[in-house]
Amino acid sequence: MLILERRVERARLWMWASPVLALVLTIIAGGIIFALAGVDPLHGLYTYFISPLMDGWDREKLIAKAAPLVLIGVGLAVCYTANVWNIGAEGQFVAGALLAGLVPVYFSGWQDASVMAVMLLLGVLGGLLWAMIPAALRVRFHANEILTSLMLVYVVRLAYDWAVRGPLRDPHAMNFPKTVRFDGWQVLPAWGEIHLGAFFALVAALVLYVVMVKMLKGFELRALGSSPRAARFAGFSEHRAVYFVFAVSGALAGLAGACDVMGVSRQLQAPYEPNYGFVAIIVAFLGRLNPIGVIFAGLLLALSYMGGEAAKVSLGVSDNIAKVFQGILLFFILACDTLILYRIRWQGRG
Amino acid sequence: MKKFLLSAAVAALALGAASASALAADKYKACWVYVGSIGDFGYTYQHDQGRLDVVKALGDKVETAYVENVPESDSATAIERLARDGCKLIFTTSFGFMDATIDVAKKYPDVKFEHATGFKSAENVATYNAKFHEGRYVIGQIAAKMSKTGSAGYIVSFPIPEVVAGINAFMRGAQSVNPDFKIKVIWVNSWFDPAKEADAAKVLFSQGVDILVQHTDSAAGMQVAEEQGKLAFGQASDMIKFGPKAQLTAIVDNWGPYYVRRVQEAMDGTWKTAQSWEGLKEGVVNMAPFTNMPDDVAKAAAETVEGIKAGTVNPFMGKITKQDGTVVGEDGKMLPDADILGMNWYVKGVDDKLPQ
Repeated sequence: MLILERRVERARLWMWASPVLALVLTIIAGGIIFALAGVDPLHGLYTYFISPLMDGWDREKLIAKAAPLVLIGVGLAVCYTANVWNIGAEGQFVAGALLAGLVPVYFSGWQDASVMAVMLLLGVLGGLLWAMIPAALRVRFHANEILTSLMLVYVVRLAYDWAVRGPLRDPHAMNFPKTVRFDGWQVLPAWGEIHLGAFFALVAALVLYVVMVKMLKGFELRALGSSPRAARFAGFSEHRAVYFVFAVSGALAGLAGACDVMGVSRQLQAPYEPNYGFVAIIVAFLGRLNPIGVIFAGLLLALSYMGGEAAKVSLGVSDNIAKVFQGILLFFILACDTLILYRIRWQGRG
Repeated sequence: MKKFLLSAAVAALALGAASASALAADKYKACWVYVGSIGDFGYTYQHDQGRLDVVKALGDKVETAYVENVPESDSATAIERLARDGCKLIFTTSFGFMDATIDVAKKYPDVKFEHATGFKSAENVATYNAKFHEGRYVIGQIAAKMSKTGSAGYIVSFPIPEVVAGINAFMRGAQSVNPDFKIKVIWVNSWFDPAKEADAAKVLFSQGVDILVQHTDSAAGMQVAEEQGKLAFGQASDMIKFGPKAQLTAIVDNWGPYYVRRVQEAMDGTWKTAQSWEGLKEGVVNMAPFTNMPDDVAKAAAETVEGIKAGTVNPFMGKITKQDGTVVGEDGKMLPDADILGMNWYVKGVDDKLPQ
């Protein structure tokens, strides 16, 4: 039978080659899928991966789409490096959007630079507080954070839903579940299609890169992630680290949520399930849990969204193809990673 | 390998460029933005049938494109992509696309837009809607005649005026036959969620109703009715395939004639912004064949349809008692359009509290 055997050494080169290989395999698999769907594979791949880069508007949209993925992805990268599994960034994202959205609803006349700062801070706060719940549950009760953080996504979605249908609803919207439109200073400034969120994403990635690579904190988190016992002997507190990484990833997800409603939809609307928080998990792994790598991974996943939409419009293929591509990509990354860490060996019976 | 990949990439580029220029032929391009999947066999499916009618009627002179499953919280990207892709007339088919449609229309004054079921229009944004409530009056009458328990279950999406008016029209139809008729309402808070709709149907049947009405888009409720040997009305499209023994009739959205007319007007240069609101008479709303009911019930239903077309019968004609006991309307007169388009109250007898 086949068994997986841990490799003694792993090549640094392959750690970075793995996502590239996964991408190539995804493109080949994508070509096959297009052929099966009756679309010329080369034309399909061109529409999907290259056409969204061909004009200025598309490139701006691409960056705008990548912004939330990178913002959330860098936070998750830090989290996962420390072996803490925050799967609920989607919930922290929605919590941030909801809290930021309270301001225009209750203080629609508040129009100066301070309102923007307050909304963004509320977004950060919303994500951070929501992330503190699974962190505290893990530290105090050893509750598995994978389950608790994921379950809290559904809790906050329902809370958001209730709020937008009830107290926050625009009285002039004919009972439709949406708030008033944000206006003036409540909307993020944008250059073309790129809103301020992209800038935040870049800054967050750079800051976290410095923290993780150059500072003691980064060493501490990596040590706790790879050998918790050794890290404890060195005097690092696992509890503090859990709170820290949940705070960072939650705050960034919340900021991304605030930016999304302030820059893109300019209102709260139900249902609201953009799923950036889940796709960012792929982004974090594809970026090798390295904040700089996450920037490129975020752009690539954003491309899969844009390509999916372009393919819908000009090829008439199902929109599910974007989701299939994202799924195949994650599958190949995990498969490649496994084969880098392990080798397959055939073992006879006996 | 490297060479192969490179040549493949070059070939891909060339191919893409070639097909892009082929699109530039002088066909008129009309495009659609859908909230659901064209395979929902309900609301979106019917809009897409309308698009196909345009292709059939105008043939080589038009080119059409569509985007499906567009989330309401980020619809501007999809709408703008179509505008940039050369679409001259864009139909956005869900209420939730309203603000995004208005925003994109401002940026592309040369492109024409039509938004379904909304209330904001502009120089280059028309709105269109259908008097679905006319059909609901007809099925209300049928339900009151067919139900053994004197009650129907009603699965609904969002408490927007169109849905509230639908509940009221159904109730008015039912009360015209049986003044004590009851309905049980379940809000599923979604237009398309087959799992939730099926669960709601099961709950309603277990609570003793024997006829199902829905204002959601999937055929899940119809399938549950078929399994349990109960009766149901199809929504948006003829769902007889899903309930050959269950479907009494269906309120069928028939957008084709409207779409063909508007695309033709846009091509001729006579397109103007407008607020269209048509019903059974104009054929935008149709009733599927009356099945699984005695002949006299079917005959009475057909008469009601004719009455509505002729203007002698209407769900919102005459005095109407609201849930709170106040009375609106006058004998022999229609309720003003604005009151129906903004309806946020129940008629007397509806056993539900309107989410305020």
